[in-house]
Amino acid sequence: MTGPVRLVLDRVSRSFGAGPTTVHALREVSLAVTAGEFVAVMGPSGSGKSTMLTIAGGLDRPTSGRVLVDGIEVAGLSRTELAALRRGRLGYVFQSFNLLPALTAAENVRLPLELDGVRRRAAHTRALAQLEAVGLGHRADHFPDDLSGGEQQRVAIARALVAEGALILADEPTGALDSVNGEAVMRSLRQACDRGAAAVVVTHDAQLAAWADRVVFLRDGRVVDQTDISPVVPDLLTSGPR
Amino acid sequence: MSIRHSLLALLSTEPMYGQQLKSEFEARTGDLWPLNVGQVYTTLNRLERDGLVEARPEADVALRPYTITVLGQAELATWFRAVPGDEPPPRDELVMKVMLAASVDPLGAADVIQSHRRQTLEAMHRFTRLKALEGATVATLMMCDAELFRLEASVRWLDSVDARLRAGARLTPAAPALPSDPAPAASTAASASTRGRRRSGARR
Repeated sequence: MTGPVRLVLDRVSRSFGAGPTTVHALREVSLAVTAGEFVAVMGPSGSGKSTMLTIAGGLDRPTSGRVLVDGIEVAGLSRTELAALRRGRLGYVFQSFNLLPALTAAENVRLPLELDGVRRRAAHTRALAQLEAVGLGHRADHFPDDLSGGEQQRVAIARALVAEGALILADEPTGALDSVNGEAVMRSLRQACDRGAAAVVVTHDAQLAAWADRVVFLRDGRVVDQTDISPVVPDLLTSGPR
Repeated sequence: MSIRHSLLALLSTEPMYGQQLKSEFEARTGDLWPLNVGQVYTTLNRLERDGLVEARPEADVALRPYTITVLGQAELATWFRAVPGDEPPPRDELVMKVMLAASVDPLGAADVIQSHRRQTLEAMHRFTRLKALEGATVATLMMCDAELFRLEASVRWLDSVDARLRAGARLTPAAPALPSDPAPAASTAASASTRGRRRSGARR
């Protein structure tokens, strides 16, 4: 990966409480994610995965350490600036799809743009393009209730991607889906990153983590390991039976 | 993997000659299992000897098609329904390694577990990349899914071992033989661990 660095966690620690009962959710976690990169974060319950994601997205602040999004230090931002950063560059995807039921798929996707003052027609065009990219162009005028779980989650991904050069932060995005729909969601994230977005996805599902470029393993609030993956796909075709 | 029965399966669709069988086999198994053409001919000779296939009397040996016999059809039908591999399942080397590591050094076993977890995910990543390639055939997707589910099972087992060890269940060298565990006083965590061992197919 040689693209610009989108997200940096620099020795980030987060603890809750004080004294002997202090819980150290994150201990000096460092991570850099470049444009085009898809990173999965795995670890047992309580390892700090979700805390890491909320801190990366500016929804929570670290006890110590720095968070930079596109080189901007999040800690230095006012509340308004932080909100603008979240709307403009970050896209969240949650296990529960969090679509607004009274809005169509396209209206859900264009909502962050309209909040940022993009004109309705331009916002709609960009929303349709993102829905097309996740394979849901034909569902643009449907309401969330008319869509399957997998489709709703892909709408949520389109919404996360609609900002220019989005950095997607997803917490168990396929947790509520069956394996076929889960795969469609991961394919959409994979393709978005291949087109230049960046994504950090927390999951406990190894099949889904395998769609990422890199898997980071957390344990007791520390990064303990990560995968080292080289482009070896062609070898599989010639290596013969196991 | 039975080449013998795979060839019978292919011949049940139409008569084929050796090179054709090799290409068809590879295409239908997602190109993940290359087959040696010499192996194909050796197997065909044995099948013919056993009366499961017949060679058509074409002059050119290389292009001589084989057809499946009635006996061959019956053999194939039995094979499709038979339990694959050995019953009980064969020893799994990963299971053995981790079990031994955990019994020798329960605290250090986490590193062994993590090392296998990482390597298994790297293998999963390679099959996932293969699935994501443009123009992947249904056969390739099915083959990759089979490998991915198998590898995922390993990761899930490693996760459960990790959780058990963290919960304090210790595998001690003094533990009695599995089938007649006479320690009703043992903690529930320890007995759960014993059940896990049995189910995972690790046999001594």
